[in-house]
Amino acid sequence: MASFSTNEFKGGLKIMLDGDPHSIVENEFVKPGKGQAFSRTKVRNLKTGRVVERTFKSGESVEAADVMDTEMQYLYNDGEHWHFMNPTTFEQLGADKTAMGDAHLWLQEEAICEVTLFNGQPLAVSPPNFVELVIKETDPGLRGDTATGGNKPAHMETGAVVKVPLFIEEGEKIKIDTRSGEYVSRVK
Amino acid sequence: MDKEVVLEVSTPVLSHAATTDPHLHSFKVIAGGLPCYLHTSPEFAMKRLLAAHQQDIYQIVPVLRDAERGHKHNPEFAMLEWYRVGMDHQQLMDSIEILLGSVFEGFNKPWHKPQRKRYIDLVEAVLACDMQSVTTKKIQQYFDKENRSFPSGDISLDAALDLLIDTFVLPEFSDDRFTFITDYPASQAALARTAIDDQGNAVASRFEVYFGSLEIANGYHELTDANILRQRIEENVQTRKQHGLDAVTVDTHLIDAHQAGLPECAGVAVGIERLLMLLTGANSIDQVIAFPFERA
Repeated sequence: MASFSTNEFKGGLKIMLDGDPHSIVENEFVKPGKGQAFSRTKVRNLKTGRVVERTFKSGESVEAADVMDTEMQYLYNDGEHWHFMNPTTFEQLGADKTAMGDAHLWLQEEAICEVTLFNGQPLAVSPPNFVELVIKETDPGLRGDTATGGNKPAHMETGAVVKVPLFIEEGEKIKIDTRSGEYVSRVK
Repeated sequence: MDKEVVLEVSTPVLSHAATTDPHLHSFKVIAGGLPCYLHTSPEFAMKRLLAAHQQDIYQIVPVLRDAERGHKHNPEFAMLEWYRVGMDHQQLMDSIEILLGSVFEGFNKPWHKPQRKRYIDLVEAVLACDMQSVTTKKIQQYFDKENRSFPSGDISLDAALDLLIDTFVLPEFSDDRFTFITDYPASQAALARTAIDDQGNAVASRFEVYFGSLEIANGYHELTDANILRQRIEENVQTRKQHGLDAVTVDTHLIDAHQAGLPECAGVAVGIERLLMLLTGANSIDQVIAFPFERA
């Protein structure tokens, strides 16, 4: 089993703690007094997203977490799992609800997503930063009103709800930033 | 130093022997086909000069320590180390205050009277109990209560105490002046002499100097007794063995110097980069080093 010593610790390193994969956010070498040195770290639990403090004795070894980010293509949802394909190897994997989080709200078939794999299984899925989706339902537009600001909720074909400007109509295609969930522009 | 007639000296960086301190990791090098070491401080050689010449001495010299790297640590750094014959650690602290005061004046930095705190008092204040009743377990429980992380595995009482000070005490130190911590537990004496305080605690006659939570100096009322020195070195050698650490070559010259007669003296080492950090407001040691280790 691969492992890391505290002197290899740096931001982004993936390690196993209490059975869960964690990513090191911050690492500080502390040598209080003249004795034993320590590594005081902040680590993010990759399953829950929670960030906690963990202090290690300097020189202690910690098991490496088999975590990697891969680009995969979204295929379909069978009601329980969302299926992705590795475009190079054509290997297919199913991500459950926990791994998907809110990502499914943005997914159209064939979208390329970043899938975080832990021991070869999907741990988390990040949708593309920008998606172009068709509006399924929204209140009627106010024609000519392109400047006054103001917005209204629009339901997208994939399930997401996005605030759009008043002049946007049902059936139009818009560009959305999935990181903020915000409308970017109309797509012509 | 000139004003107080302290003589500048120069001692070797490369040595046939190394410190046995289990928490200091000397770089090992091959010199003339023989295993040798780069010094972690000029202490041993300077003590040999003290024994031979019985005179106040100082030097600024690069020192090297393996496995020390972080925002406040670089494996190679500059140390100002000096010894005053006939002084104890209290008198040396007074003299350091004067030196640091003049450095601050030179940098036009506002000077506030330093504070002095006893290590034992600081621990007792945090844990609200007597030093004699403090255990690793008690310290661990305090960390749990405060929702702070305590390392797992076998943690010595000294390591737990240090972590307690680092986590809960240092961040509370006044950040506009120096704080001297004195009267460490006797188990942390290193090469300082020990004494019994008014409460009957065995204490080490040593001090550390902090500015805010940044340590800049470490000083001792120096141990002169050759037998106690031999005993402490032997304990270090055993600890190294138990922890599977490199069995370094013991410096017999240092023991000989104590045997010949080290004068009653106090000594201190100041980390030059740390001093520069606080004078310039740098929050990483890399900001005061031209080529930090990764780019050296």
